[in-house]
Parts: sequence; C-alpha cells; structure tokens
Amino acid sequence: MSARQPLPHWVTAFLMPALNVALAFVIGGLVVLAIGENPLEAVSVLIYGAFGYGEGWGYTLHFATNFMFTGLAVALVFHMGMFNIGVEGQAYVAGLAIMVALAFDQTHWTVVFVTSIITAGVLGAMWALIPAYLQAKRGSHIVITTIMFNFIASSLMSYMLGQVITRPGANAETETIDPVGRLPLLRDIPGLEFFGFSPVNVSIFLAIAAGFFVYWLLWHTKFGYKIRALGHNPNAVRYAGVSAVTVIIITMMISGALAGLVAVNEAVGVQKRLVVGYVNGAGFVGIAVAFMGRSHPIGVALSALLFGALYQGGQELAFEMPSVSRDMVVVIQALVILFTGAMSELFRPALERVFSARSPGAETAKAASESGSG
Amino acid sequence: MSESTDTNGQRPDAAADRPQGREVAIELRGINKSFGPVRANKNIDLKVEKGTVHGIVGENGAGKSTLMSILYGFYTADSGEIFVNGQKVTITDSKHALELGIGMVHQHFMLVEPFTILENIILGAEDSAILETSIARARAELKRLAEDYSLTVDPDAVVGDVSVGQQQRVEILKALYRGADILILDEPTGVLTPAEADHLFRILEQLREQGKTIILITHKLREIMAITDNVSVMRQGEIVSTVRTADTSPDKLAEAMVGRHVLLRVEKDKANPGDIRLEVNNLTVKDDLGVPRVKDVSLTVRAGEIVGIAGVAGNGQSELLEAISGMREPVLGEIKISGNPVTFHGDDGAARLRRAGLAHVPEDRQRLGLVTAFEEWENSILGYQDDDRYGKGLQLDIKAAREEAVRRIEKFDIRPTNPRLKTANFSGGNQQKIVLAREMDRDLEVLIVGQPTRGVDIGAIEFIHNQIIAMRDEGKAILLVSVELDEIRSLSDRILVMFDGHIIAEVAEGEADERTLGLYMAGVNEPAAAE
Amino acid sequence: MDFSDIILVLDSSVRLAVPLLFAALAGLYSERSGVVDIGLEGKLLGAAFAAAAAAAVTGSAWIGLGAGIVVSISMAMIHAFASVNMRGNQIISGVALNFLALGVTVVLAEAWFRRGGNTPNLSGDQRFGSIDLPFAAEAQANIPFVGEIYAQLISGHNILVYLAFLAVPITAYVMFHTRFGLRVRAVGENPTALDTAGMSVGWLRYQAIFVTGILCGAGGAYLSTAQGASFTDNMTAGRGFIALAALIFAKWRPWQAMFTCLLFGFLSAMQIRLQGVEFPLIGEVPVQAIQALPYILTVILLAGFVGRAIPPKSIGQPYVKER
Repeated sequence: MSARQPLPHWVTAFLMPALNVALAFVIGGLVVLAIGENPLEAVSVLIYGAFGYGEGWGYTLHFATNFMFTGLAVALVFHMGMFNIGVEGQAYVAGLAIMVALAFDQTHWTVVFVTSIITAGVLGAMWALIPAYLQAKRGSHIVITTIMFNFIASSLMSYMLGQVITRPGANAETETIDPVGRLPLLRDIPGLEFFGFSPVNVSIFLAIAAGFFVYWLLWHTKFGYKIRALGHNPNAVRYAGVSAVTVIIITMMISGALAGLVAVNEAVGVQKRLVVGYVNGAGFVGIAVAFMGRSHPIGVALSALLFGALYQGGQELAFEMPSVSRDMVVVIQALVILFTGAMSELFRPALERVFSARSPGAETAKAASESGSG
Repeated sequence: MSESTDTNGQRPDAAADRPQGREVAIELRGINKSFGPVRANKNIDLKVEKGTVHGIVGENGAGKSTLMSILYGFYTADSGEIFVNGQKVTITDSKHALELGIGMVHQHFMLVEPFTILENIILGAEDSAILETSIARARAELKRLAEDYSLTVDPDAVVGDVSVGQQQRVEILKALYRGADILILDEPTGVLTPAEADHLFRILEQLREQGKTIILITHKLREIMAITDNVSVMRQGEIVSTVRTADTSPDKLAEAMVGRHVLLRVEKDKANPGDIRLEVNNLTVKDDLGVPRVKDVSLTVRAGEIVGIAGVAGNGQSELLEAISGMREPVLGEIKISGNPVTFHGDDGAARLRRAGLAHVPEDRQRLGLVTAFEEWENSILGYQDDDRYGKGLQLDIKAAREEAVRRIEKFDIRPTNPRLKTANFSGGNQQKIVLAREMDRDLEVLIVGQPTRGVDIGAIEFIHNQIIAMRDEGKAILLVSVELDEIRSLSDRILVMFDGHIIAEVAEGEADERTLGLYMAGVNEPAAAE
Repeated sequence: MDFSDIILVLDSSVRLAVPLLFAALAGLYSERSGVVDIGLEGKLLGAAFAAAAAAAVTGSAWIGLGAGIVVSISMAMIHAFASVNMRGNQIISGVALNFLALGVTVVLAEAWFRRGGNTPNLSGDQRFGSIDLPFAAEAQANIPFVGEIYAQLISGHNILVYLAFLAVPITAYVMFHTRFGLRVRAVGENPTALDTAGMSVGWLRYQAIFVTGILCGAGGAYLSTAQGASFTDNMTAGRGFIALAALIFAKWRPWQAMFTCLLFGFLSAMQIRLQGVEFPLIGEVPVQAIQALPYILTVILLAGFVGRAIPPKSIGQPYVKER
C-alpha cells in the first residue's frame, strides 16, 4: 500500500529529528576519523572547551546569543511557510546601528543599549522589507531575492565602512564606543566573575527576551495565529479574509528586526565598533539552529546553545588537535541542515516498518479514522 | 444507500454479456482501487467492444477517471484483471499501456505549454537521440493523420498559444501518433465550446469508422446519446448499468446516474420569506486560469428562505461561492448584502463580507475551511480571529476562544470533545461540524453553505440538516450549494439549477421531481422534449 | 583607455566569466529539469579543492580536473537524492551542500596540507597553461585591430576557457535538438506529462543533475588550477550565486547565459579600472556599486518591472503523483 502509515506523534516530533541530528554527528565523526583523529577524543575536547571552565562557558553563551537571534529570525518565517536566507545580510546592515550607539556613548550604557536595539531592529527590518514586498506583491521568489540582498548588503557595508563611516586612519572600521557607553559583560556582574574574559554581555538577556517574544507572538497573538495559518494552509487564509500580503511583509520585517539584534550583541556589545564581515556566518548558522530546534523558541534556544558550544569547543579543538580545523563546525552545521532539513523523511520508511510490525491492526484503523470519510 | 433499483432492471453483467459477434477490445474483471480509506473503484466489470464508442457516465467522484487511469497504467489496481484484445495483461505503467495500443486524452491536458505542437507529439516517442529525424517523421505523419481524421493543427504553433480545442486535438494526435487503437477520452468537452465539441464528435466518428475503439468518459447525457454505441453508468465507485445507447434514454440514464438515495426527509414548515438579504446581479467570475466559470448569474435570497443551487460539480458553483464569499473578485456584476454593495480590493475580501454579516461554510473544508494542523479551538475562530471577543488589541484571548470552543463542542455534539486535539484527528463529519459551528453560532444575515454533508456519516447529516433549517426559521437567508440532489430537494424552498456557468432553471419547492432536475443538471433545457 | 586597454579589459572579462559560465550552464540543466540548484557555489568550491589537491599530489592538472568533476558529481547526486527520492526541500538541500563544501574543503586542506586551509601552490603541469592559437603572433604583427583581437582576446587562454565557450553551443544543441534536451525541458515544465507518457521523472532529473555536476566540476577546477594556482579558503566567494543570477537573468537559456556571464565578468573587470575615476555628472562610482550590480539587476528582473524571468513551471516542487 502506498498510503503513508501515520507514526505516533512522539516519533515524528522527537525521534525522527533526533535520529537525523545523530546521523549528522556520526558522519561528522567519520570525517574526523578520515583525517586520522579519534572522534571520541575530539568530542571530549570539544565539550571541555565549551563547558569545562567559566571562560569557555562564556564564549559558548556569547555565540549562542547571536545564534538565538538568527535562529529565531529564520524560525519565525518558517512558521509562515517561507525561508528567509537573508538573515546574514539583515544582521550585517543592522550593524550601522553602531552610529547611533557612538552618538550616545557619552551618556550611559542603558541609553546605548536601548537606542541600538531600536536602530538595529529597524535597520534589519528595512533590509527585509524589499524582498518581502516583492514576494508578497510581485511573487518574486523570496529565497533568491534574500540571497541577492545578502550580497548587496555586503557591498553596501563595504562601501559604508570603507568610505563613509570609517575611523580616520583606519581601514574599514568605525570608531570604538566610549567606555561609558559599553554594554556590561556578565563577568562585571557581582557573582558572575566566573565568566572570565569571555565577551558574553547583557545582550544575552535580550536574546532570552526575544525567545519569549517570538513564543508570545506566534501562540498568543492574533497576528501569530495568522502567521501559522498562512504557513499551514494559504487557501484557508484567503477563506478567512486575512491579507497574506500584510502577513508576509510584517512577519519578514519582524524577522529582519530579530536578525538585526545580532548587531547589539556582536558589534555594540563585543567588538564595540563595526568591522567588515562582523556577522561572520551567524545568519547562516541560524538556518541550522531553526531546523534543529523545530522552529520552536525552546528548541531554537537549545540548538543555539549547542551550536554556541560547537563554535567555542571547535576553537578549543583546533588548538588541541591542530589537524581538526575550526571549520569542522561548519561541516556539522551543513550536515544538520541536510539531514534535518532536506532529508527529514530519511528514517520514515524504516520507522514505519518498525511501528507497523509492532501493531499492524491499530495503525490502519487509525489511518481510517484520521482521514475521515471525506 | 442504493437499493439496486436500476431503472432498466438489468444487472451489469447481463448487459455486458449481451454483445455478440463483436470482438472485445477491453475487458475488466473485478477491479478494485482504494486511496487510503476511500474506495474509488469497487469490483468493476466492464467489456468494451472493438470499433465502438463506449460511454462511461457518472457524477464527479463516481470513480470514472480512476478506472481509466488504471487501464492506462497510471495507477495500479489493488485487485482485478485486465484483458486487452482477449489477452490477459498486467499494465505496469503508461508506457506499457501505449505499447498495448491504449492511448488516453486526460481531462487536464498533459501538454508542455511552451513547446510546439510537434515537440509535444514526439515527446516520449522520439525515434532517436537527435530530434531532427523524429520531427521530420512526425511532420509527415501529422499530415497523414490530418487527412485521415480531419485533425488539422499547425505543427509549429506553440501549444500555450492555441485554443483548448486545438490542444485537445494535439492530445488525440499524440495518442494516434503512438499507434493507439483504443482511445480513452476523459471529460473531453468540459473545456470546449459547443462548436468545438461538435467538431470533436465528428473526429470521434471518423476514428470509429477507421476501426478505433473509443472510451468516452463524461457526465453529460447529451454527449452519450449523440455519439456512443454502448454506455455504462458509474455511481459511487461501481458500475450500476451497461446498456446499448439505442436502448436507453436520457431520463433513464439520469436516474441511474444520480441514484435513488434513501431520502432523508427533513421536517420543516413552509418558508416565510422576508426582505432580500443577498442580491447577486449579473455576476461573471473567472477561475485562476482566466476561464469564465460563472456567466452572468443573478439571484436573490430572502430572509427566512433556503435557496438551493443544484448542478453537477464543476459547472461554476465553486466559483460562484468563492465570489459571493469575497474570496474571488468577480470580473463583472455586483453583490449586495442587506442592500449594501460589496467592494472588492486587496486580498482580504472574505473578512469584509464577514463583517457585513455573511457566514460561509465552504465546499471543501480541508482545503479552505480548516487548518487541519491546528488544534480544534484554533479552527473554531478561523475567519473571526480579529473579533474583540477573542481578545482586544494584539493579544489572542486563548481562554475565551477555548471556552467558546467547548461550548460549541457541546452544542454541535462534536466528538471527541477535546478542543486541544489536532483537527486532522477528527472524523470528516466532526470536522464539518467544527466548521458549521463556527459559521452558524453567531449573528449573521446571510449563510452560504457548500456541500454541507460531503463525506459525512448519516447521523451527522440529519443533525446538520436540522441546524440549517433552524437557521432559516430564525430568519436567516441561506444559499445552499450541493451536488447531492436529495439534499437540495429536502432543504430548499427554491431550487436553481446551474449548468455551464449559467442558472438554467428555477423551480419552487415541490414543483420538480428528481428526474426533471436530473435532466436540467445534465444540461437538457427542455425536459419534455427529451422524452 | 586606448585600444589595447580595451582589449585587456575584455580579455580579463572573458577570464572572469569562465567560472560563471560553467556554473550557469550547469545550473541550466538542473533547473530546466525542475530542480532548483542554489548549491552551485558549493559544487564549484568542492571541485576547486579536489582539483587543486589532486593536481598537487599527482602533478597532473587533468587528474585534478577529473577529481574536481567526481567530487562535484557526488555532491550533485546528494542533491538529486534529497530532491527526487526524499522529496525534500531543494533550497535547503542546496544551502546544506554549500556549507558542506565550505567546511569540508578547509578541514581536509588543513588535515592534508597544513597550510591554513589552502593547498600548495601549483605550477607547471599541475595547472592548465595557456594555449597559443596558430598564427597568433603573426596576426598581431601584420593585421591591425583584428590581429590584436585574435592574438590577445581569442588566443592565449587555457583549455578550460575554450571548453567553457564550447559548452554553450553544445548545451544549446543538447537542450533544443536532442531527445534528452526535449525531455529535460518537458520535465521542468510538466512532469505529469512525462509520467503519463511512460517516462520516469526521477531518472530524467538524475541525468540532468549529473550533467550539472560535470559542468560545476570543470568550473571549480578552472578556479584553482587554471585561473588560480592553488585552492584558498572560500575561493569561490559567491561566484556560484552570481552564476545563478546570470542564469535567471538569461531566462534559463544558454546563449543568453553566456552573454550575461560575459557582462558580469566585464563588470568585475571594470571594478578595478573604475576605482577613483570621475564620471561626468555622477562623479566617482564606488566599486561596491559595480560589485553589487549583478545582484541588483537580478532583483529588478525578478520583481518583474522590466521583463519577466519566468522559471520552468515545476521548479522547486518535488514530483508526487497526483491523486
């Protein structure tokens, strides 16, 4: 019979993604093995590097903060049934918020924090607006336009940094924020000195807040309801009289704003200035984070933490095992996207065999009742 | 449902056995095919004589297309045997069917629009790896076919640019080019103008004269009577009758086709119509492909009456409902709710109509009326999510929405009674009740209902019918569209019959019997003349 | 700019267009068959690394080319498996393969060569050297203009440049004059039509994607063993995406793809030249504006304000037999 046997919910929601992630790590392990290193040893170095000491933890959380923003940005648009590959560019352009931060850096860090959140959010949203508008109104494929906008962002920023907002005498970077306006690092908070010299700063609370915000937006607002309805059934949205154009544009702008918050953590918080290519792939990591986290804020937070650990542990690993490059993390990231995203059904046939062998009658009965008589 | 009351009193096999002397081109024995829980074909037995036009008639969803797709190798039957020219065969795929000489003209053309007619003809039947030789041969062959069967086409025209009548000729030519002796045509006139349809019939006659066997699938009785030698009637996945066309009549076929269902009589009082609540004037609506589906339709529905629109599916009812509900902008005409004209702009028309007091139970609940991945309570607010009672401002008042869902679950006897359950896990009847509850349980002026009981079990049907009557008695204006003639007859105070985008007849309650309506539905304007 | 400057710019446009051209033609096969390929970038990169690594180890540019093609085909087959068998999201598969190439190339380069993610420098037979066409020197000496064009612009490229330009008429011929091309175009427009005519949609897509693999392999090998002289980290630098833009801009047609690639090649050749040049009325044009031009043009085209790039109708949709 060609009809699919429905699998229990826990299998499709947890077991299948877990198997996919596991497969990604197994293949990653094989790559490590292929270059003549012991994968288990690599994992233990990696885990120690990420969680074994305070500073490692701090770096892990710092990376995770960026990935939380970008992962949420990608996940939100997934709920609408679309794919925002432009998070990298949106985050990059939002880096211009540094100008506002620099303007206020003689006042107090709270002023800098709030104003740069607003500017970075607005800039990220604006960079998402054009692809969103073109998708909603003109049917231009948002994947292609957001890819193009990543490159356009890259040229724009290299122009801005090279010719417009450059610090005199420097090559492609801005002024540095005055110490008065710098965001506090977690280690500055009494009791958290544990984090050592790691750059994790108050932006992490913003990331946590963003997670709650996305959760609230998707499941506790009327607009979130519309986002999810559009993602599941565009026809029903038309039936309900919801304007898909409006939903697409606003959701993409919120996504762009979330992406933009990377600027608050990375540019304002850590580097305290804007440098070329400061996003450094965090936007793309967001894709893997969103997939692995099943686009749920809690899942996104956990996978952001995992990828934060991979990035931090990967640096440690490259130091301890010079033949394993830092880029091993990118390989894992790619494999996670491949298996949880493009081949998410890989284990379904096998699992269906396992589960229908266990309860042959029950499954077909369920199939009949689920699809009703229509 | 059926009490085996075929009007001609013949059992299917009796009729199929009758042909004598003629060779049998196709024979099907005991074909069964299910899609999940839906049994599309049940124990089909069929014989098609060589050199004849054999009609297969039945309502949409009766299983005609599935049966032919099995014969053509597009689907594989779950069980049963197929004989072609007396040889038992197992048709593995369409390529195999073509090798056996079976060609099919699909309802939706299988053409590549940016290709020329020649390219479409040779696609899949190329002589060699280089196209030039194939094209040369196809050009010569086309010329011959054009002469033999008056199938003229411009071989170098791009298919997307030519008329649908021409496109259909390309489909027929494709089959002939591949050496088909047995030609299946699935609803071939659905997209044709009357003149094009007549031309098609002339072509089919010539093909028959040349010894080709033709299977014609249609729901139009006029075509069956005009062209076929034998006819089989399908209903709900079964062949209920096979007869010589000469021995039957449109009304007998209509009755066999529609079937005599157990009539669920609905207790209702005489209607007491009030003011006009829904007014539709000269409405013309095109579908997504730009084909006009509703043509100059005008109708009114008054408070406290049920107006039923009868018709075979695909005659413009869906587009009419979509236009009236604000989902599809009409190209011409106007719609008034309680005297106020509705304006169309933007893609949120349905919300405007809801605000004007219209509620809409869509024909296809899974495609339009529900987000099946949502929990039950979420679907209970679909379309009304912006109402203040589900929260003021941005926030969605989940508690209020769930409480209301619980109340409706009780009121409409929806089972299971858990509003947190995913909607996909409810049965068809209960899904329909979720939609009905949402649309009916509110202040409204006009209720439009499409196929209210499609795929719903008997118990729920009665409940749904009673709810609709109750709405009428509360003074709501109700427009009902259904392909179930019984449903239309038992609920409606007035019946409009829709055919080919037009309202071709209006009859008051009790003034038309099933047979007359069946003939109207089949496009016979003057039932008396068809006797 | 005098005549020989113009020739120089055009010559460098041609060189810069070649990897774009290989990748755009590669994408043409896949996308014409209905499978989106945003993984051109990754295949170029993977092939560039494989070619440089194999050439460095074996000393033969040709073995390098072979290795590049094999790697690119393998990646293409993963994409085919995800798109056809898994009915997965083709965009996501492409994204994944791009990152896979980005990561694996550096990891392996580091493990094998320990040069910070690069391969050793290639020289001699490890690279594709330039070929002087017959009578180039004589023509330049004796025939004004035409002779110079022949000697400087047409002659003196490596074999892969000629192969890239040869691939254009071949692709045009294959697409529009062969059975394979007819079927590939048909499956991209209406896969059901092929299925009902008894052909396998999946098999055709596999074949088309295989060709995509070959061409991307050649493009990657060009980058590291012909244009460049080693593999460097992320050396494709978005060329796969420019090629994709060129393909869209060319409306999925081979000759137009060639002209678009030449245009985009010309734009990058001009970037260096235009630095600091004052134009009348508009003044100095930032190089970044020219850099971004291919992407901006593609967005404008996609927006449908000028012309319309209509992709093959079934593109991006996994084929599922309709009920």
